[in-house]
Amino acid sequence: MLLQVKNLHVSINGKEILKGINLEVNKGEVHAIMGPNGTGKSTLAVVIAGKDGYEITQGEILYNGKDIQDMSPEIRAQEGIFLGFQYPIEIPGVSMTNFMRTSLNEIRKYHGEEPIPAKEFLAKMAEKKDLVEITAKLTNRSVNEGFSGGEKKKNEIFQMAMLEPQLAILDETDSGLDIDALRIVANGVNKLKTSDNATVVITHYQRLLDYIVPDFVHVLFEGKVVLSGGKELAFELEEKGYDWIKKEMELSKS
Amino acid sequence: MSIETNTIPTLKSIPQWFEAVVAKEGNAFSGLLRERSAALADFNRLGFPHKKLEKWRNTDLKISLSFDYSLATADFRMQDVLDEVFECDVQELDTYVMNLYKGRFFYKDNPLHILDGGVIVGSLKAAFDQYPELVKKYFGKYATTENNAFNALNTALFLDGLFVYVPKNVILEKPLQLINAVGTTEDVFVQNRNLIILEENSQLTLIQCDDSYNYKRSLTNSVTEIVIGANASLDHYRLQNINNNSTLISSIAIEQDRDSRLNTNSIILNGGLIRNETYTKLIGEGAQADIYGVYLADKNQLIDNQVYVDHTVPHCTSNELFKGILDDYARAVFKGHILVRKDAQKTLAFQNNANIILTDKAMINTKPFLEIYADDVKCSHGATVGQLDESALFYIRQRGISEDNARLLLMYAFAADVTQKIKIESLRDRIEDMVKRRLRGELSICDQCVLQCSTPEKYNFEIDMTKI
Repeated sequence: MLLQVKNLHVSINGKEILKGINLEVNKGEVHAIMGPNGTGKSTLAVVIAGKDGYEITQGEILYNGKDIQDMSPEIRAQEGIFLGFQYPIEIPGVSMTNFMRTSLNEIRKYHGEEPIPAKEFLAKMAEKKDLVEITAKLTNRSVNEGFSGGEKKKNEIFQMAMLEPQLAILDETDSGLDIDALRIVANGVNKLKTSDNATVVITHYQRLLDYIVPDFVHVLFEGKVVLSGGKELAFELEEKGYDWIKKEMELSKS
Repeated sequence: MSIETNTIPTLKSIPQWFEAVVAKEGNAFSGLLRERSAALADFNRLGFPHKKLEKWRNTDLKISLSFDYSLATADFRMQDVLDEVFECDVQELDTYVMNLYKGRFFYKDNPLHILDGGVIVGSLKAAFDQYPELVKKYFGKYATTENNAFNALNTALFLDGLFVYVPKNVILEKPLQLINAVGTTEDVFVQNRNLIILEENSQLTLIQCDDSYNYKRSLTNSVTEIVIGANASLDHYRLQNINNNSTLISSIAIEQDRDSRLNTNSIILNGGLIRNETYTKLIGEGAQADIYGVYLADKNQLIDNQVYVDHTVPHCTSNELFKGILDDYARAVFKGHILVRKDAQKTLAFQNNANIILTDKAMINTKPFLEIYADDVKCSHGATVGQLDESALFYIRQRGISEDNARLLLMYAFAADVTQKIKIESLRDRIEDMVKRRLRGELSICDQCVLQCSTPEKYNFEIDMTKI
């Protein structure tokens, strides 16, 4: 099993956000996590990636069977966990080329490999740019600086393509995209899919799942996975809306 | 002043230095005795600056002035200098690299060179001899002594410096590099004086390097006067990498005529105490002054940048951007003063100072300051002090980059705002590399702007002329 989240409880400043999440992801699978705003979807994503400021009060996260709780974000990334950010950060002064080369080489170093030769690196950049249909020159552009919303999201998938992670968690990669950008982003994700990796897409809308077909859909509500099922669950949600979940939950409480 | 005398060892040597300098001159600097005497009188009246003066409130010179310095008035042989100072290695001295050693001009065969188009480059002392009319027309007109003790002291005591004259309509394509080496065998007081004249429509790139060659203490008081004629353009760089025992006061006084362009960029990599003063007076319409700087300081270093832009006429533009990164107990001072006089309508003046403080012991005193008497102007000023952006750090680390390298990347990026304004590509690469090594703790005092100990093949910038 690639990722196993067991009874995960997470608090920020003493406030409990995740209240016992269970999630299992195998290689070769695509999972979708859906749910209304403010239910903890992004929290789950950044906690798996290792962001500071979140306290795991109970439970564990196993990645390839290893507990990753004490691993720094960079070690998790080097181990193959990639987070596509909901709001990619602008880093003026750091060129995309420099960023990607540093990143790729640190990951290679972690695995005992030599730095990527310049020629191979440039060829890889060109190939992956094509994959996400980035036409602009990236060489002299700073990371995400001056990128439109759509370009930033494409750039996340571009980075994913460059780093070839084993587990990609895409946090609301579809939000704010027009239909063309959505198609490009989804295409990229689909092309990167292999039997050895897995993708977790976090989304608010069913729309993305027309393009990226999930094997499993999980509904997150008030810090818990309240429903899990196949891709048909997404259609049901789209039809009935999140209010349906809320009502079901209230019924079960009473 | 009289109270201070006893407590400042540096002061007590000044009268004998003055005697020695004047006695030594003979016929050189002919006619300058009057100016020198007047400047000494100004200095005696003013004394060394102290913390009670508004302009020196945050910069205490007490330690810098507490040593018994010597002024290098004696002649030296070239070979002695080579042996003593250029231990790292010696670069080929050519026309476009000028060397000052202990404030004296250091040359192979000829102190003055005439280049294509009638450009004169070389020793100020020699220029006083050979072109007295030309030099005296400008000398002392911009770096005034009445209210500036270091200008006064420099005028009284300077031994030599760089002289550059670029005649009307001449473009000196190859950059000129001035290296002021303060490696010494004793505590030395260096007084160099430079005069740069750009006539109408001319262009010059000047790189001024202040370097240490060892860890010996020094106090440098460098004064540069620059005149930029109508529609002339100066691209100017100050690169400073001196040891932690040394103090550098580097003042530049500029006057800009109609449609002239000044681009000056100070790259401050290391130094015990560095104070840069940049004064420019815009006297012709359409003049533009871009004044940039980046400073990196750690340990107990103090870096002080004082910028004063005087808008006297309409339609001029000035841009200021200074950025600094402070670690350990380092301190920095920034004071930017933009004066927009009553007649200077349609002035555009912008000023920004941004700082990253890496520890809670490091400190910045920043004071952006606008003084505006005209009513139709566009001016802005701002200052920020902050830490590295945590969300950017997480983003970078999430891509597999270690926390240390993520911090470095963000610091390079912060400094790059300024270094990217360096117009000469090869110089920009060189400086960005030095900035990186400084931030990684790998820069040594043997790393100079053109000299580098271990890699002699890098001595030249290898400037690509097509890109200038």
